[in-house]
Amino acid sequence: MKITSAADLKSRQKIGLQKIQPGKPRIAVGFATCGIAVGGNKVYERLKVIIEKNGLDIDLTRVGCIGYCKEEPLVNITIPGKPLIILHKVTEADAEEIVRAVQKGEVPYDKALCRVPAWDHGTGCTLAYGDGFTKIPLYEKIPFFKAQKKVILRDAGLINPEDIDEYIAVGGYAAAMKALAGMDSEAIIKEVEKSGLRGRGGAGFPTGLKWRITRDAKADKKYIICNADEGDPGAYMNRNEMESDPHMLIEGMIIGAFAMGAAEGLIYIRAEYPLAIKRLKLAIEQAREYGLLGKNIFGTKFSFDIAIATGAGAFVCGESTALVASIEGRTGRPHPRPPRLTDIGGGLFGVPTDLNNVETWCNVPVIISNGSGWYSRIGVKGNTGTKVFSLVGKVDRVGLVEVPLGTSLNTIVFDIGNGGALGKKVKAVQTGGPSGGCIPVRLFDTPVDYESLNNVGSIMGSGGLVVMDEDTNMVDIARYFINFATGESCGKCVPCREGLKHSLLLLNRILAKKGTKKDLETLALLSDTIVATSLCGLGQTAPNPVLTTLAYFREEYDRLVKP
Amino acid sequence: MDETTLDEIISRYNAPSGRLLGILREIQDKEGYIPRESLEMLSEKLDVRRSQLYSLTTFYSYFSLTPVGDHVITVCMGTACHVKGAVEILQALEWMLGIKSDTSQDGKFSITTEDRKFTLEIARCFGACSMAPVLRVDGNLYGYATKEDLPAILAEYGWEP
Repeated sequence: MKITSAADLKSRQKIGLQKIQPGKPRIAVGFATCGIAVGGNKVYERLKVIIEKNGLDIDLTRVGCIGYCKEEPLVNITIPGKPLIILHKVTEADAEEIVRAVQKGEVPYDKALCRVPAWDHGTGCTLAYGDGFTKIPLYEKIPFFKAQKKVILRDAGLINPEDIDEYIAVGGYAAAMKALAGMDSEAIIKEVEKSGLRGRGGAGFPTGLKWRITRDAKADKKYIICNADEGDPGAYMNRNEMESDPHMLIEGMIIGAFAMGAAEGLIYIRAEYPLAIKRLKLAIEQAREYGLLGKNIFGTKFSFDIAIATGAGAFVCGESTALVASIEGRTGRPHPRPPRLTDIGGGLFGVPTDLNNVETWCNVPVIISNGSGWYSRIGVKGNTGTKVFSLVGKVDRVGLVEVPLGTSLNTIVFDIGNGGALGKKVKAVQTGGPSGGCIPVRLFDTPVDYESLNNVGSIMGSGGLVVMDEDTNMVDIARYFINFATGESCGKCVPCREGLKHSLLLLNRILAKKGTKKDLETLALLSDTIVATSLCGLGQTAPNPVLTTLAYFREEYDRLVKP
Repeated sequence: MDETTLDEIISRYNAPSGRLLGILREIQDKEGYIPRESLEMLSEKLDVRRSQLYSLTTFYSYFSLTPVGDHVITVCMGTACHVKGAVEILQALEWMLGIKSDTSQDGKFSITTEDRKFTLEIARCFGACSMAPVLRVDGNLYGYATKEDLPAILAEYGWEP
């Protein structure tokens, strides 16, 4: 069935709502990669057996992940007229008890994490669940969730990502319809510009401007690409965004393609994410079936389709020109810019190409739905909207955290993350992956925005926040990243290829306690040279972990070297 | 990989975008490595130089040119895993399997036991950082891994002390 009118979308929405709130109990198991790995699949299978064996009138489904990774496996329960209850640390052995309680219109209290009487799905769609179970704390009282603001993750863990109807139920594809039926290219681009949205891959380039440049490039054919290569070690925001809500990404790309006049889109995704690939493929097929991808979308004259290209494990392919080379079937070696991707001759197969990160695309539907005014009030001036971070490493509450830009590191690491794991003292946080830096705890009042992180020597990056505690050896961390960057250097330019190798040798010597003060000076000088003379962003930022640890944790180096 | 299977894989890639890496990925996923014969066949069929295919398989870390054992153990070396002791996990596995880290001829960390039962590899990051340190055996992820967990995990795949 093709959706060609607002009425069609409405009737699909009704069908979807029937699935989320079926008028009978629904048990939903968190089913993203990590939820499955820690036993979510066993919980699901066990529940299935029990429900089927007893012929119970209970819906069982799989949803994405709400992000509280520490408490996985997560299961949520909806009983008509009652609040949605999130259960945590559920095991196979709990399945019987869960089903028994649900049959009686109850929930297992000892497994309950929190209750959700109503959930705002952000695009004018609030789902009311009900009241009751007042002994279970409210969602917004849970410290991990309290300081968060869910915009991108608004559906994650609550809808079935493998069912397009559930996405439509919570307001999905309404923004695409609004854009295609009632807006022109200029209106959409203006709206994205006014929202202040900046590239979530880490560089922070204004998205609206990039769209404008691509649209204005004089060419018959244009491509849009989604960068889903997520190569930063310690980061998995994009994986969850795709596994939990793949249609949000697709909807963002439809709107972007329409605004820029592109007929073909590509999602460049790393091969290490098989579940995300599977769900995206399924989502693309479902969208085609409903006439949301392919010829004459929503019955309009606009046609657009999306294909998937897989990456094969090369960090440098996050660099735009290398990424394009990789899709073309070449080794991912960057070339100097200009020409930029948006230029004629610079993009995929020489065609002007717009490249945005997964999370950037995911921001688009809500901007079109709620307007740039609504969006730009989130965050701070110049850094609007929210950002999803993967808060991991030696922090107590690991998980995916979404906060308005401008939130301080203190709030993220201590209020949301509850400080060090096992009661250890937090020493630093590493942001931005191999291109970022280590920020010491005394600078944790730094607001997390593009400029403030640059000012302390790090970068926003794609959103990995790796916490280090008192036991972490910062020189070892510097070596870890330089070792990584040495292995991932494409080898094209000398500063990166040779400079990083010699940085690694110096760090090895220092860690073996054979280094001297002179070696530290050489290391600093070499790092500055690599920054100044490398060809692409990977080389220019690779020494950041060394430079920041030298600046903030110099005493750890000094302790290791001979005078 | 026989010719029919390869033809079937190739037939699913009509557009040039993502074609070469996609086909190579499917060969890698099916065989556990990229056999030389498959590369040669692919080169003929697509009229792409062998040197270009060789360059791709050695540039991208997802591909391996050396045959692997019955079970492939991959240790995640992402940042979160690193700070939570991935190196110790790797060393413990080397000790248990009686092998020593080495890089194979294509410059990648991949080492197989003499009886060809296990191959030990490392990965840059699985993106499962919340349950660091993580390892994967034949596609199954094991999170919050400790050295003490390893014998039981490996025993599932027929490892004997």
